[in-house]
Amino acid sequence: MAHVALRSVRKSYSEKEILKGISMDIQRGELISIVGPSGSGKTTLLRIIDGLVPPDSGEIRIDGNRLTKENAPTIRARVGMVFQKPLLFDASVYDNVALSLKFRGVPNDLIRKKVEEALDLVKLKDLAKRNALTLSGGEAQRVALARTLVYDPDLILLDEPTANLDPANVQIIERALTKANVEMKTVVLVTHNIFQARRIAKRVALLLDGAVIEIQDTESFFNRPLDPRTRLFIDGDLVY
Amino acid sequence: MEGIGIFLEGISKAFGLILSSDPEILRITVLSLEVSMVATLVGAALGMPLGFLISSRSFHGRSLVVAIINTFMGVPPVVVGLVVYLLLSSSGPLGFLRILYTPQAMILAQALLTFPVVCGLTISSILALDPSLKETLKSLSAPRLWEAAILLKEIRVGLITALIAAFGAAISEVGAIMMVGGNILGYTRALTTAIMLYTNTGEFALAIALGIILLILSFAVNLTLTIIQMKYRKRR
Repeated sequence: MAHVALRSVRKSYSEKEILKGISMDIQRGELISIVGPSGSGKTTLLRIIDGLVPPDSGEIRIDGNRLTKENAPTIRARVGMVFQKPLLFDASVYDNVALSLKFRGVPNDLIRKKVEEALDLVKLKDLAKRNALTLSGGEAQRVALARTLVYDPDLILLDEPTANLDPANVQIIERALTKANVEMKTVVLVTHNIFQARRIAKRVALLLDGAVIEIQDTESFFNRPLDPRTRLFIDGDLVY
Repeated sequence: MEGIGIFLEGISKAFGLILSSDPEILRITVLSLEVSMVATLVGAALGMPLGFLISSRSFHGRSLVVAIINTFMGVPPVVVGLVVYLLLSSSGPLGFLRILYTPQAMILAQALLTFPVVCGLTISSILALDPSLKETLKSLSAPRLWEAAILLKEIRVGLITALIAAFGAAISEVGAIMMVGGNILGYTRALTTAIMLYTNTGEFALAIALGIILLILSFAVNLTLTIIQMKYRKRR
């Protein structure tokens, strides 16, 4: 059974169809990258999988359970989402990460241990006491990733987590994602950075104008694309 | 020149009154503070939750409700005084309470003035929040109570601004408390109503002295709130 199964998912905003019947299966423990130009519907797709917005039609199944408005909070408890522009709270780095566990009623002594582990993973242990609002963009994104990883979600959704970050921050985030994936977490990475997709994904899907154009293992996607538009996108020649 | 003389005399009298701790002035000052502070707290206790509710839920006619609240933020105190007077007068629907011309009536009138100020500013503080805040909390599976607590923390500076504005509106108004309090010596006479009385009777120096005391009081309360506001300002 697929960890995430999408069937004919459609979504429109103000009469503009953003997703035009997306169907795909994402297996448990997979690190899949969804690539595509800006405005192709990647963010909307992630928000729908996280249950933040409902699809107009079609269905999403997580571990075989159909995602509905009613069960979304329960299913979401095992899902982590990292947004492109992370919103951190006006509190210390430690408290920002600890909040995800406090929401889940985790005892304080366990919170301390888990937060320290999560901050260590994203190399922010030294900044634990700093106010999160004073961090740089890269550090803030690492806090956002830590507060997601800290509650050990089965499924991690990331929306352009390294956009506009310097190579050092990109490397820390990619390593943390690879480690999570080694631990059998399913990772769905939305990016327009094809080099990043090539570096860490096991499978890559190209989303273009609200439709999945191609989905293949990484090696085949980049070396033997089936659709000419994939080749154009990889070569940077796709005009949109 | 005579005006300046009266003004200077008023200033010297103000400090004389403050230093001599005149019991009547003290009573007037304490009553003004009590009435306006309690009215601000009552207005906040009603206005903050309602503002929170209105801004965090979408419903049909929300813009109209917000526009009405914003309009009432600038309602003339004398109009509020008139309404409360009619409600509390012996033939009014709340006449059985028998609180007309008491400090309670003054608190009720000022609370009606502070309520829309607090409510309107709470709404604008919440609407000014980053829209992704609620989505982030939802995505992190924040329970309702946690969500409310974090939203409150995020708008705390705006809430203190609301308290400053509400207290300022209450302590400085004269129309409402004059109508429902009656400016009774030793019972409902407040700083603003006393200033009006002494101006009408030609005791300008005393009126100026009370005006200065009112300003000092208002400044002290606002300074305290501003210090708290600056301490808790966001570092964003």
